[in-house]
This record gives sequence, C-alpha cells and structure tokens, in this order.
Amino acid sequence: MADRKIRILLAKPGLDGHDRGARVLARTFRDAGFEVIYTGCHQTPEQIVGAAIQEDVDMVGLSCLSGAHRYLFPAVAQQLQEQGADDITVVGGGIIPEQDMQPLYDAGLKALFTPGATLDSIVDWINENIKPRD
Amino acid sequence: MFTEELLDKSSTMRKKWEDEVKKTVAKHADQKEKWTTVSDLEIKRLYGPEDIKNMDFEKDIGYPGQYPYLRGNQVTGYRGKYWTFRMFAGMGSAEETNQRWHYLLNSGQTGLSTAFDFPTLMGYDTDSPKARGECGKCGVAIDTIDDFFTLIKGIPLANITTSMTINPPATALWAMYCAAAEIQGIPLTKIGGTIQNDMLKEFIAQKTLMCPPEPSVKLISDTVEFGTKYVPRWNTISISGYHIREAGATAVQELAFTLRDGMEYVEDVIARKGLHVDEFAPRLSFFFNSHIDFFEEIAKLRAARRIWAKAMRERYGSTDERSWWMRFHTQTAGCSLTAQQPYNNVIRTATEALAAILGGTQSLHTNSLDEVLCLPSDHAVQIALRTQQIIAEETGVVNTIDPLAGSYFVEALTNEMEEKAWDYIHKIDDMGGMVKAIEKGFPQMEISDAAYKYQRQIDSGEKIMIGINKYNTDEDVEIPFLEIDDSVEKEQIERLNAVRRKRDSRKVRECLDDIRTACKKGENVMPYCIEAVKSYCSVQEICDVYREVYGEYRDPGMY
Repeated sequence: MADRKIRILLAKPGLDGHDRGARVLARTFRDAGFEVIYTGCHQTPEQIVGAAIQEDVDMVGLSCLSGAHRYLFPAVAQQLQEQGADDITVVGGGIIPEQDMQPLYDAGLKALFTPGATLDSIVDWINENIKPRD
Repeated sequence: MFTEELLDKSSTMRKKWEDEVKKTVAKHADQKEKWTTVSDLEIKRLYGPEDIKNMDFEKDIGYPGQYPYLRGNQVTGYRGKYWTFRMFAGMGSAEETNQRWHYLLNSGQTGLSTAFDFPTLMGYDTDSPKARGECGKCGVAIDTIDDFFTLIKGIPLANITTSMTINPPATALWAMYCAAAEIQGIPLTKIGGTIQNDMLKEFIAQKTLMCPPEPSVKLISDTVEFGTKYVPRWNTISISGYHIREAGATAVQELAFTLRDGMEYVEDVIARKGLHVDEFAPRLSFFFNSHIDFFEEIAKLRAARRIWAKAMRERYGSTDERSWWMRFHTQTAGCSLTAQQPYNNVIRTATEALAAILGGTQSLHTNSLDEVLCLPSDHAVQIALRTQQIIAEETGVVNTIDPLAGSYFVEALTNEMEEKAWDYIHKIDDMGGMVKAIEKGFPQMEISDAAYKYQRQIDSGEKIMIGINKYNTDEDVEIPFLEIDDSVEKEQIERLNAVRRKRDSRKVRECLDDIRTACKKGENVMPYCIEAVKSYCSVQEICDVYREVYGEYRDPGMY
C-alpha cells in the first residue's frame, strides 16, 4: 500500500456556518492529490470522530470561526483518544487567539492555521507531517 | 446620449491618445498587464463617451426619486436625512448587549441592530448538546422572552427601529418583539424594524439552517403576510447579499443571486398568499456588502436599484412606485479585513463606507478594526461609528445627490454589472427558480469557484492584501481583546431553567400544539408564535416543531 493517498477528513464542528475556508481547503487538498471527505457545517464532535474512524483517515482538519474552538477542538481530540484512534492527527484552523493556542496543543492538536496562512503552506505541512497509514 | 458629431470628434481624439499610449508603453511598460477589480472584472485604461453612447437618459439614468431610481429613491438625497447609522451589536448575555446598545445610542447611533449567538441563530436553546461552547460568543443568547425583556430594557420601541439578524427562528424572535411591544402597550402598527428572515441566502452562503428550502420559504411568506396586515412599518425580510459576498462571491454574483432571491420571495407570496405585489413589496428590504473595490461597489449598488425597479414594474406588473424602490442596508466587508496590522482595517472600512454612501445606501454598519479577531471592543466600535459620522458631517460627499452619475466609467461599469446580473437571473429562471437552482447546487458552486480562484490569486500575489502578501511585518500589534467568558453559558442555562420552572408547562404544550397544527394545515404561524412566546415557549421549542413537521435540512457540504 505504498502509494496510498493521504486521506483527510475536513469538518466544521459546532454551529458556525463560516465555511469559506473549509471549502477552499477541500478543493486545495483535492488538487494536491489528497483524498478529501468534507462533511459540511454543524457537525458534533461525536459525528466527526465517528466519520474519522469509519473513513479510516490519516488526518482530521477542523475549522471554526465562531470562538467555540476552545471547547470543540479538544473534544474531538479527546474522543479520538478514547476510541483508541489517537494515531489520527488532528489540526485546526480559524480565528484562534494567541492565548488559546497552547491549551489546544496541550489537548492534542498538532497544528493550528490562522488567518494569512497560505494554501501551499498548509499542503506543505501535511506532506511533511502526515504519512498514509497502512 | 451624445450627438454623432461629438462621437466622431471623440473617436478622432481617442485614436490620437491611443497612439500616444502605445508609444509610452513601448518605453515604460505598465506595472502589470491586466487591471481588474477585486472580483476579477477587467477594467479599461480609460472610459469615454463611446462606452455609454447607447444609454437612454430618460430610461436608464433619470432623476432621484424617479424611475428607474438609478440616482436614488429619495428626491432630496442625504440632505433631508442621512443614512441610518446602524451598528450591528450583540454579545454575551442580554444584559451585556443591552448595555452596548445604550452605549451606541449615547454615541449618536440612530438605529439598533442585533447580533444573536449561534444557538439562537440555529434555533437551539443554550443547554442543547449542539450548543456547547457557543453561548454568547458571536452575539447575544436569547432563549425565551424573559431574555428579550432584558435585551430591550430602556429602549423606546415606538421611537427607534430595530433590525434583527435572525433567519430560521425569525418567526419566534419577531413574535418576541411584537409580544414585548404589546405588553408595553405599544400597538403593532407603531413598531418599526427589520428581520433578516432570508433563508435562500442561508442555503447559498451563511448556513444557519433548519428546514428544507420549500417550507423555509413558506414560513417567510407567513411573516410577509402578517406584517402586511398587522405590522405595516416592519420590513419582514432583508434580502441579503452580504453573506453571499463574504462566502466568496464576486460583486456580480452577489447582485444577481440576491435579486433573484428577492424575486423568488415575491413570486411565493403572490402564489401562496394571494396578495397583490403592491400590497407587500414596499416593505421588502435589501442588504448588501461593500467590498474594497471602490467603483465596482458603487456600480453594483446603483445597478441594484435599477434592476429591482425594472423587475418590479415589468416582471411583476407593479404600479406602486414604493414597490419599485430598492431600500437597502450596507455593511463593509468583513472578509476584506486582515488580522495582520489590524489598524489598517480602519482605512479599508472607511473606503468601503464611502463607496456604500456614494452608492446611495440608506443604512450602514461599519466594521470595527478588531472584528477579524473578536467581537468589537467599545473603543473599536466608536472609531467605526465615527467613520460614518466623519463622512456624513465633514467630507462634503453628501452635499449633492449621486455625484458620480454621468461619469463615463461609473455608468459603463453600472451597465456592465446590470447586464451580467440579468444573465445570471435568466439562467436561474431557466432552472425553474432559485429553490431549484439551490437544490442543484448552482449558486453554491459558482461561489466556491470564485472563492477558490480569489484565494489562489492572493497566494500567488496576483491580488494584493496589505499585511498578508505585501508589506508584511513581524511586528505583533497588541489590540484590546474582547472575550466572552465561558461563565456566560452557565449563567444563561441557569436563567433558562428558572424560566422553565416558573412557567405554566401545560400552556406551553398547548401553544406548541397550536403551532404544530398551523404548520400542518398550512395556516399562518405568526399569531400562534406570539401566543407561544408570551407563554415562555423557548426558541428551540418552537423550532423543534418546525423541524418535526417540515423535516430537518443538513448542509450537504458542497465544495
């Protein structure tokens, strides 16, 4: 399975409807040769974790611009750990104030992308840090 | 527009100028090959009489207050009255938002505008599992009329207009406003304001979702009918392009999709309620974005008025000029602001506000410099409000009506916006209307294409955002940061539980049953909603009835 593509679940947790970033990224990832599953707005952490395991993804990308990332991002990371799926990398993006970053890293998020991050920089990070799992 | 003689003369002079341009460019090349708007519309080096020679002065330009209203609805322009200074505000608890409202009114604001938090916007109570972590974050949390009383404390409902940005639960929140007015002894005929209540753009762009498109439009027609009969000063819908643009649409897409949404509502009210267009169309209102491309925005707003007037008169046979007026609110573009070097946002917002005013807006929200990062602080809001006041009171742009009319460029661009918008409108007509187009994913995918293209242009440096891809600095600018404490959620849940304990739960059940029956029979839900909120039914309880009867709509996640 050496040439298995990187599989990514893109998800918008919570009630936030600002999906421009998530949708632009979904296209970007597809164009970069990744397999992308985008589940749309308004997903609960439970739904996201279920989909990540079901789809056997290598990475979960969470996007939230409502300010609820402080609760929602750690909830996804924690539930993945509880389900024994902590080999799935979790990253996040959105409007994330500086002071919220360390607690999110501590909760298990591996990277956070904030306004101004270029599409290529995100793709590069994935290529460097995510390996398709066998 | 021009005599043959003038056009001939212009043509000769133009050739001479073009020759000079060629020679100059051969020596000093232009800084770039293609000059485009932020929406990627190509702009010519120069515009002249030949670009607007086919315009008919009477039919296409005319006078303010006269068809086709290109030059504005008001015969006196801004001399009689400035636009309404209406800052969108809401955060945390109802009490906190009420304080902000009083602060804004004391600072010279002339109308109120409510931002609700996500649970309220989506029709969930604060203690719903889906609402965790969201309470008060992006606006004010309202669960029952008890919160609403706190929100409007000390606000003279008979003398001020209030706009509420609420969509799926619009019936419930408007019912609270109506009920609160009645309880204060103010007749419904005296209150004025706007509910956004535009679900089509939710499916297209903003994504606060509840029921499928068809029943969503039915609920909207209920409010239009109720307003027409009982609350004549209320704008029961604010047909919105703002969110369509923020989602990544071009100016033309914003214009076309918004106006086609408006046409869909007009057609539904006529068909479903049997009202004549002129009974309700005068209370339809609109809401546009003002983005950073100065002339494109002015042209878009001018074109919007002309398209709407034509559509009302020619497409729907309206004979009341009040139906022909496109009345609109504008907000400067949140998506044009940058988290980097945030003080630059003041300049962007001022430019966008100026475009909105030169485009003839009747109401305006100016974004605060910190809105890209958090809810605006008092100080940042004040600068944003002062931006409007400076434009109104110092710059002199209000002295004369529609000062850019007759500009070769502005008129040509206005015409181009209109033509391109009609192309989209006719395409959507051919699909069977906007509900059908949305079901096909047409406007959603058009916007996705535009958003993706724009982001690539930013990343490649083809389009510039200062602080993002040019003149970047490493300097970390500290700005005061307004944060909503997580304790707001706990306190709001306590308040909600207290209301649940004290209300008459049998009455609550009866009221919800009445709404359910009205939905099933296809009756107007509004009178039942007013009774329900008076009996302390919550926003979620009412919306759960809609979800149960009409089904729940989930975002299909198109990209």
